[in-house]
Amino acid sequence: MIHSLFLVNASGDIFLEKHWKSVVSRSVCDYFFEAQERATEPENVPPVIPTPHHYLISVLRHRIYFVAVIQSEVPPLFVIEFLHRVVDTFQDYFGVCTEAAIKDNVVVVYELLEEMLDNGFPLATESNILKELIKPPTILRTMVNTITGSTNVGEQLPTGQLSVVPWRRTGVKYTNNEAYFDVVEEIDAIIDKSGSTITAEIQGVIDACVKLTGMPDLTLSFMNPRLLDDVSFHPCVRFKRWEAERILSFIPPDGNFRLLSYHVSSQNLVAIPVYVKHNITFREGSSQGRFDLTLGPKQTMGKAVESVLVSSQLPRGVLNTNLNPSQGTYTFDPVTKLLTWDVGKINPQKLPSLKGSMSLQAGASKPDENPTINIQFKIQQMAISGLKVNRLDMYGEKYKPFKGIKYMTKAGKFQVRT
Amino acid sequence: IHNLKYFKRTCGEIFELKAELNSDKKEKKKEAVKKVIASMTVGKDVSALFPDVVNCMQTDNLELKKLVYLYLMNYAKSQPDMAIMAVNTFVKDCEDPNPLIRALAVRTMGCIRVDKITEYLCEPLRKCLKDEDPYVRKTAAVCVAKLHDINAQLVEDQGFLDTLKDLISDSNPMVVANAVAALSEIAESHPNSNLLDLNPQSINKLLTALNECTEWGQIFILDCLANYTPRDDRESQSICERVTPRLSHANSAVVLSAVKVLMKFMEMLPKDLDYYGTLLKKLAPPLVTLLSAEPELQYVALRNINLIVQKRPEILKHEMKVFFVKYNDPIYVKLEKLDIMIRLASQANIAQVLAELKEYATEVDVDFVRKAVRAIGRCAIKVEQSAERCVSTLLDLIQTKVNYVVQEAIVVIKDIFRKYPNKYESVIATLCENLDSLDEPEARAAMIWIVGEYAERIDNADELLESFLEGFHDESTQVQLQLLTAIVKLFLKKPTETQELVQQVLSLATQDSDNPDLRDRGYIYWRLLSTDPVAAKEVVLAEKPLISEETDLIEPTLLEELICHIGTLASVYHKPPSAFVEGSRGVQHKRLPARAGSGESAESPDTVSTGGVSEAPPAVIPSQGDLLGDLLNLDLTPPTTTGPPPPTSSMQMGAMDLLGGGLDSLMGASFGAPPAVMPGSFNAPVSGGLSDLFDLGGGVGMPMGAYVPPKTVWLPAMKAKGLEISGTFARRSGVVQMEMTLTNKAMSVMGDFAIQFNRNSFGLAPAGPLQVLTPFTPNQSIEVTLPLNTVGPVMKMEPLNNLQVAVKNNIDVFYFSCQYPISMLFVEDGKMERQVFLATWKDIPNDNESQFQIKDCHLNSVVVSTT
Repeated sequence: MIHSLFLVNASGDIFLEKHWKSVVSRSVCDYFFEAQERATEPENVPPVIPTPHHYLISVLRHRIYFVAVIQSEVPPLFVIEFLHRVVDTFQDYFGVCTEAAIKDNVVVVYELLEEMLDNGFPLATESNILKELIKPPTILRTMVNTITGSTNVGEQLPTGQLSVVPWRRTGVKYTNNEAYFDVVEEIDAIIDKSGSTITAEIQGVIDACVKLTGMPDLTLSFMNPRLLDDVSFHPCVRFKRWEAERILSFIPPDGNFRLLSYHVSSQNLVAIPVYVKHNITFREGSSQGRFDLTLGPKQTMGKAVESVLVSSQLPRGVLNTNLNPSQGTYTFDPVTKLLTWDVGKINPQKLPSLKGSMSLQAGASKPDENPTINIQFKIQQMAISGLKVNRLDMYGEKYKPFKGIKYMTKAGKFQVRT
Repeated sequence: IHNLKYFKRTCGEIFELKAELNSDKKEKKKEAVKKVIASMTVGKDVSALFPDVVNCMQTDNLELKKLVYLYLMNYAKSQPDMAIMAVNTFVKDCEDPNPLIRALAVRTMGCIRVDKITEYLCEPLRKCLKDEDPYVRKTAAVCVAKLHDINAQLVEDQGFLDTLKDLISDSNPMVVANAVAALSEIAESHPNSNLLDLNPQSINKLLTALNECTEWGQIFILDCLANYTPRDDRESQSICERVTPRLSHANSAVVLSAVKVLMKFMEMLPKDLDYYGTLLKKLAPPLVTLLSAEPELQYVALRNINLIVQKRPEILKHEMKVFFVKYNDPIYVKLEKLDIMIRLASQANIAQVLAELKEYATEVDVDFVRKAVRAIGRCAIKVEQSAERCVSTLLDLIQTKVNYVVQEAIVVIKDIFRKYPNKYESVIATLCENLDSLDEPEARAAMIWIVGEYAERIDNADELLESFLEGFHDESTQVQLQLLTAIVKLFLKKPTETQELVQQVLSLATQDSDNPDLRDRGYIYWRLLSTDPVAAKEVVLAEKPLISEETDLIEPTLLEELICHIGTLASVYHKPPSAFVEGSRGVQHKRLPARAGSGESAESPDTVSTGGVSEAPPAVIPSQGDLLGDLLNLDLTPPTTTGPPPPTSSMQMGAMDLLGGGLDSLMGASFGAPPAVMPGSFNAPVSGGLSDLFDLGGGVGMPMGAYVPPKTVWLPAMKAKGLEISGTFARRSGVVQMEMTLTNKAMSVMGDFAIQFNRNSFGLAPAGPLQVLTPFTPNQSIEVTLPLNTVGPVMKMEPLNNLQVAVKNNIDVFYFSCQYPISMLFVEDGKMERQVFLATWKDIPNDNESQFQIKDCHLNSVVVSTT
């Protein structure tokens, strides 16, 4: 199972190590550093690196490499999923997952890691169980602890550990009982030169924030559950009920959690909410290139497209740009050749555009590659797949909770080829 | 100085901590332990504080206890004697009323890898394994695995393994999952032990626990299930049904482990079963979903999908689009996606795939672009209908003149040529234009192969190859080998113009190279060319076997094995699990003896055989340089020092033979008369060299009028619907004749015969119609003689004396080709006066002349002329 964990920062220093079995020397990370040097970009370091006696499995999150060392045949996904859980837990505990935050809370980090794995086997990875075992550091608690001499570590066996609902602790109490659900959809798409869609798919999630007293049993039903044919559930969801009735029935964890993630693939029709008109040309023998980009809304069901951000990696031959945005601001980094244009909101009456010229290296030949345009945007109050929640009911408890559903659509990897 | 300062500072720090640890105040103690832990975490050595920290262990404060345990686990190994001090507290804690403390104690004890402590661990562990609280039991289960790691014998002697097996039937799913995990880990170091002896009852227990345990437990249980072999397809189906819901789990490791179980058990299901189809449909969405996860997860998923697609392409055949590459995918994801795209490519989606690949070929990332170009070639090979499109795409890419694109394109075009011979050779000219830009060995080798293979269509093939030859020694072995072969091919196709070139490359390969492969290949060609050029032709220009449609497919038995290991490291590396580091040592070990034995036995004959060969080199590489002669002597006749002069054979002509005699027999393929019986009717006392030349060239002409080679089968009955033709050529009283035996091996009568010749080197044409007596009844044979003249249309053939014939009868038209002896074209009145000959000789330009020294020739002109 998982032998050791090393945390490596962007400059290649190991700033934390934890061993669950015998100690593995730091030198094992040299293989990782080699791979890191070979990779052109930080994210190009291969996730699985073999060394003579170990395997290194790493993820890069928040500019920190989490490098797990394994010695025997262990499912790599198991390790990667666990590392993700570590990252999530740190973020949950410290608000951010940065080198500084980890260093500030090094003892809590150590206690957490010790609780999360035993001899390399996952022990407690559910955030609510961990929080019962080790209280998250807050300013208030630190103060209280210093005054009263009490401790960060729970004295009681976490209630969730062994129950059939390990994700929920008993004895939860709230004065305001509320349950909020966010339906968030991301569109991944590749649009070709001529504007036709090559692939488009929707990655959707329903994130929940449930603060309900006791042991509530919730059901959530949809207007159009047929959309959901490829779903992954939180363990709390009763799968049989979904299979039979297409209703989500569950005892929710306490606090924030991801109830469901789903995937609407390109076979179903995926609406594309924006279009791009572009004309990026380089002429042979000329040191000038033309750049012309216009954005417009499309299939948005009348909702506004907001927080639009356009970015594009221009060819290496481009020295500088002289562009004129009709709205928002644009920047061009002559070193990385990254062009970003913060557009803001698209006004359908007056379409935003970015026009001007690019200067090329004198005498250099016309660049071979065509830049790809990356677009980010958000649309509030709409799930682009058309998914709609029908109703939410609560059983098992007597009070009446506040309920709320919010929809949002945003761009995932939304790319336009030119 | 700097180091010293640091040292002092550390010293002071430790001193301070020591004081704090021994403080009376609880709070201060705890803070001190925290500081110690903090230093430990960042890799500082705080082992000097061991006794002080252990002193803090006896406390009611759980946090403090945990911190001390953390410290103990880290340093006990380096301070075993001190660690003993902690044992009592551990044993006491194992009896604590709080299950959390009991579990913590047994868990920590298992992590202290000190023999003395493990001895004390056994009793508490036994109790904890039977503890009333499941939390303690599940912790104890893992502890057995820890203990096994430290002292396997102890675990077996104490009977912990049996207790652990009992825990598989525990009422608590978490305990079951941990027991399975522990047993799996122990089993890994004992590949043959029957630890996880699964039977339908235990399987049922596991399946029940599967629904209720944590995600990690589900992974352990699923992996364990995958090792089970169901008794029949019904059991297999029921397990599949109970595992399928796991495909919707949020944890991708659970999903992949479930996929593994399903892929394996599916094998047992009959294909016509409805459920089989349902299952296939259910497998696609979770696999697609994995691709929308984080890149690392995607990578592992893609490696596994690669296996799944090879095993069951039908699962993902409609999902091509999800493998399309986004420009900001990490490179390792891009490359894997590309691989799968090609595997999924079919006639239905090829247009889309090609458009994508073309897009990728203009990206920035060099590795990716290369692979994309290569992928286009692989598509061409895989989907025949797309070949033409692929070739034109590749040509477009070559036009971009981007160096590495051109090189990759040439490498794949070579494969396309092999797959579809005689279809796309028109592009060769374009390829040749880019010759100079090739600097990678693989591309150079590919280009050289193309030039050699199509030497007859490339006018300046010899020049091209010669240009490569200049830097022969700087080339990589791959290129050298290819160059050698290509020039030999060229020589066999255009023997007249390339003698010098072939000799040059042969001597470069055999004399000046240290590479044994190159030398050996050189010698083999040399020997082939010198002994039997016809055979050489058959060998070197043999029809090549077709290349397979799918490149780098995993070999089926390995694929089966890897499918059983979906989700593991083996599946990521596409290597069998036995090839992995630890844990599988036992398996590897067992294979080794067999290998070692065979290795030894192989060695002895090896040395014997090299003994024979080792005599050769001193003779083969002579200092004086006439390698050819020596080589031939050595090969075909006993060393010249022995006894009487060897019989006169063409081989005795040494160097001359390769380029003269060899060439000659190449041209007059069916000319069987050995030069030894040549009567010296040309006994004109010319100089020695000249007379040799006469022997080779002119001498053959005269007596040939009488010689008729035996008939050979030109057209077998199999290929001509029952008509068999064998024949030969003869020159009788100044007229060239084609003498044929026609046999009717069909069941019906044949008639209406006619014959035609294709244009040929000397304008041979039938001088009259083919006269066959009709009716030509079944099983009848007829002798036919067809007079020929040389007034037909002329076209140079390869080889020169090749004749393509079409024979028609009432059934069909049949084609065959045959070779005629050049000699039958020679006129009887060819005798020349000596002066006329010398004048004619001098008219030939000097640069067409080559000279050779023949050594050890035991003939003199007198001998030659009198025999």
